[in-house]
Amino acid sequence: MASVTVNNITKHYGKKKELTQALRGVSFTVEQGELFGIIGPDGAGKTSLFRILTTLLLPDAGAASVDGLDVVKDFKAIRQRVGYMPGRFSLYQDLTIEENLEFFATIFNTSVSENYDLIKDIYSQIEPFKKRRAGKLSGGMKQKLALCCALIHKPSVLFLDEPTTGVDAVSRKEFWEMLRNLKKQGISILVSTPYMDEASMCDRVALIQNGSILSVDSPEGVIASFKQPLVAVKDRNMLPLLNHLQAFEGTQDVYPFGEYHHVVLKDGYSAAEVSTYLQHQHAQAEVQPVRADIEDCFIALMKSA
Amino acid sequence: MRTLRFLLQKEFRQIFRDPSIIRIIFMMPSIQLLILPWAADYEVKNIQLSVVDHDHSQYSRQLVNKVTSSGYFQLQDYSGSYSNALQQVEHDKADLVLEIPADFEKNLIRDNESTLFMAINAINGVKANLGGAYLRSIVQDYNREVRAKWVQLPRFSPEVQLEVTSSNWFNAAMNYKLFMVPGILVVLVTMVGSFLASLNIVREKEIGTIEQINVTPVKKYHFILGKLIPFWILGLLILSIGLTIAWLAYGIIPVGSLLVIYTFAAVYLLAVLGLGLLLSTYTSNQQQAMLLSFFLMMVFILLSGLYTSIDSMPVWARAITKVNPVTYFIDVMRMVVLKGSGLKDIGPHLLTMLGFALVLNSWAVLHYKKRS
Repeated sequence: MASVTVNNITKHYGKKKELTQALRGVSFTVEQGELFGIIGPDGAGKTSLFRILTTLLLPDAGAASVDGLDVVKDFKAIRQRVGYMPGRFSLYQDLTIEENLEFFATIFNTSVSENYDLIKDIYSQIEPFKKRRAGKLSGGMKQKLALCCALIHKPSVLFLDEPTTGVDAVSRKEFWEMLRNLKKQGISILVSTPYMDEASMCDRVALIQNGSILSVDSPEGVIASFKQPLVAVKDRNMLPLLNHLQAFEGTQDVYPFGEYHHVVLKDGYSAAEVSTYLQHQHAQAEVQPVRADIEDCFIALMKSA
Repeated sequence: MRTLRFLLQKEFRQIFRDPSIIRIIFMMPSIQLLILPWAADYEVKNIQLSVVDHDHSQYSRQLVNKVTSSGYFQLQDYSGSYSNALQQVEHDKADLVLEIPADFEKNLIRDNESTLFMAINAINGVKANLGGAYLRSIVQDYNREVRAKWVQLPRFSPEVQLEVTSSNWFNAAMNYKLFMVPGILVVLVTMVGSFLASLNIVREKEIGTIEQINVTPVKKYHFILGKLIPFWILGLLILSIGLTIAWLAYGIIPVGSLLVIYTFAAVYLLAVLGLGLLLSTYTSNQQQAMLLSFFLMMVFILLSGLYTSIDSMPVWARAITKVNPVTYFIDVMRMVVLKGSGLKDIGPHLLTMLGFALVLNSWAVLHYKKRS
């Protein structure tokens, strides 16, 4: 059974003149026990979507269900069984770690000890500081606490809105590992993130831009859909290189990518032709064919949209 | 029930962990009650008087003596020209000019009649009004004394005289503190009840914690009760602190029963808490809530009869005072503290307040939404 189904959801904000179309007919499904990523730039509509699915916002049109329950009609039942971690830290800063956890356990009519197994791995990391007020915690610790509070009632679906935004690289990696562990417990997880590199951590990802979903696929599927030849080019002087590559007739797209420039070539062109083209101005340029990774795919998708 | 208990526990923890709230709760009533009643004094004292004496006679000197010894006036200057005195007024050094014409004494003795001129600086309306009235009554008094001296042991009174003697009921010494202190106490309770409560809820909106609460199965009435009960208790606590201060600092002991005061306060707090809740559903951040509260507080205070009598307001303003809950509590406080009214006497007030509580709370609850 699908854990979350979204069918043609639309949502707009504001009146006629300043109308913002946040979601334009979004549809997808998330299977039971799946780690589903929603990836898109800021303002793509990720938070609106999450707020609709967690029954905080009413959609203009379309239908969505969580755990087989309609988000508009059965909102009360949904609130019993979803966990939501908003993008902004929104626990009580003047209560301690312990008090926050206890509070959220109680309002879900459960207790910390009842579902301790579920949060044990995460909570044990912050437990030494349990008497500390939430406002005085570091970013990574706040995030772990928020996750614990969202999990304390053993939700069947977990919604995490940009959980890794503003968190350092090590904590980010740790966080994704925690999510993979939670997945093993059979919880369906929806994560939104603006970071494309995190897509490979998900079972399936949806790319969202301007309120529309561009593709829904597994990370491997997304990569496999990238058919064009791709080369990485590097030289001492990167900016003129970028301009020259843009002028190349075989270039479909070129963009900086780490210490390289990635050049998407039109069909029928290859790395050799790029090297020949660059011989005059960039004699020392390093040109090599590369396999596209998920970021290349998203850039291509977003540009073609 | 368990949920509500935890919501309350959380709320009290938060309140008592915020040192500034504790300070406000205990300092605000103390300072307001210890300082404001002294400043909010209706009696006008230290009226600066400028006397222009063209007569320089025994009678004129007697008059000036009598005026200055009344305790209300301070002789600012004593000059011979009116323009000089007017200059004093222009420089804001004098509030009142009393001009005694030349031949004041002569006319008084010969014609049995004389005139005086009084010019009042009306920039401060209250001072001008009362100052003028005081001076007039002193002059009348003087007039009577002079006549009494001349008409010695009259066999019959040449003219019919009506003299009014008044006795002040419920506040024999006309001690204004007796009615100001209960009034200020009402304002305090109102501030805690409505504004502290609305700020508290709006703060949850601002920080975003309300969103985390909204996705939980917490019931609307649980959440609202969890917010109302702590501030209801705080309001009664402030009232108790205030009544204690009134007793210790001013020796004010309510003539009526404390039970009546607390009964009304309990209902009154329900009404103003409903107002606070309503404010919080219409505002989205603390700044908005604060400004709105500030505006309402001004209206509430000035249209409640705390400082000025409601009966002297225009009809439309009197209509506004009818929908101002503060009016009723101030009225009740004064009735109970000064007159000793019982539950039966304040019955209509109590019913009105119940109506307020019902309307405001249902409005707020209907308007509070867990989802947008």
